[in-house]
Amino acid sequence: MGLESEIPVLTTTVEKMVQWARRSSIWPVTFGLACCAIEMMAMSCSRYDIARFGAEVFRGSPRQSDLMIVAGRLSRKMAPALRRIYDQMPEPKWVISMGACASIGGVFDNYALVQGVDQIVPVDVYVPGCPPRPESLIYGIVQLQRKIAQQKLA
Amino acid sequence: MQGWVSILIMVALGAGFALISVVLSSVLGPRKPTPEKSAPYECGMPAVGDARERQSVKFYLVAMIFLLFDIEVAFLYPWAMALRDLGWNGFVQVVLFMTLLLAGYVYVWRKRVLDWGTEKP
Amino acid sequence: MDPAALAASLEHAAPGVEIERATATDSHTTVYVSPDDLAAAARALHDAADLAFVLLADVTAIDFWPREPRYEVVYMLVSVAHRQRLRVKVRLTAADAHLRTVSDIWPAANWLEREVWDLFGIVFDDHPDPRRLLMPEDWEGHPLRKDYPVQIHMTPRSAQPLQVTAEEFRASVERDRLVRHE
Repeated sequence: MGLESEIPVLTTTVEKMVQWARRSSIWPVTFGLACCAIEMMAMSCSRYDIARFGAEVFRGSPRQSDLMIVAGRLSRKMAPALRRIYDQMPEPKWVISMGACASIGGVFDNYALVQGVDQIVPVDVYVPGCPPRPESLIYGIVQLQRKIAQQKLA
Repeated sequence: MQGWVSILIMVALGAGFALISVVLSSVLGPRKPTPEKSAPYECGMPAVGDARERQSVKFYLVAMIFLLFDIEVAFLYPWAMALRDLGWNGFVQVVLFMTLLLAGYVYVWRKRVLDWGTEKP
Repeated sequence: MDPAALAASLEHAAPGVEIERATATDSHTTVYVSPDDLAAAARALHDAADLAFVLLADVTAIDFWPREPRYEVVYMLVSVAHRQRLRVKVRLTAADAHLRTVSDIWPAANWLEREVWDLFGIVFDDHPDPRRLLMPEDWEGHPLRKDYPVQIHMTPRSAQPLQVTAEEFRASVERDRLVRHE
């Protein structure tokens, strides 16, 4: 990016602005797979309300979203679809692995499930729980916002 | 001339906002195209075939008919406002206008363009 | 309908079919039918006016390994007109685990029998679409058999083509219709 070679002060200010804009408007793509999706829906509804953290809408298309919350069990048959949806998200993009099954396979150590979605997509934040309470997931999103606040612009 | 200045300012603001948004996002946004990112979206599955399929012609017909009758309504609104000033002369002219369009409507009705139920062979 | 009346109706509708009544722990009437008689019995159950089991609720199977006969295929039938439910079971041996499909009588059996083939390996002859349903298309083995391991540690496959033509798609569907006889 051409702006990097400019005056560092200008870049720092622009960088801080861009980081603020990116972390204050994280729009997730709907990727609820199983029971964790219920808690994700609860988080997006009025009681726990993730819209006040900037995640205003869950976009149906990966092309319009920044964040993929993998909520639930990922089966081996679904793994190529997950990878394809992740690939179709434009940069910058982040992944939250929600729940025990997405993080590590959960209680299901069997032939059908992928033991942790980090075998398929790179994960930024892991949210443990079975399912995690909506407050836990909001905490995960706030942690992601803190991570974005430190990311460089390039 | 004063009236036009305010419109010019509004146009400049609107176009300027759009231009700044596009320029900023092209300067500050990442540019990392990959084949997977540009692939057509089919809910994670590989896309099958071409998207150029044949569509039914009735969508086009409904769009055309909507356009015509929308223009008719657009003419009827100012006539309704100036009804008394135009008098009987204007009334007859508008009735003639509407009769022409009514004939077209009857034709469309009889040609079964408005039937969107089960098609009889 | 008590089992005796049901057996009488079925005898009348499909002569020559042997019905073996079974006790069940729930209130469903349960009968056993031999694999060769299944087609005739299914047709009679569907078509006869006093039976009228037009709704196939489920097709599933049980694996009794290492007991012989190894499998029992279970058909759950519902008669809406007479408000009856019936469970029809068919015993199959491990060496001869195939049955004729009932998807021409009850179209719901199409996917239900695909699931039973996928998870148990019971072949349904004359099935219009013998592909796997739940497991990935190239999976080896039938997971719900009792001698199948639960934990399989295998790197998940996540590559797939970007775009396929319609001919390639149809060809891959045909390829997945291989029925592997164990």
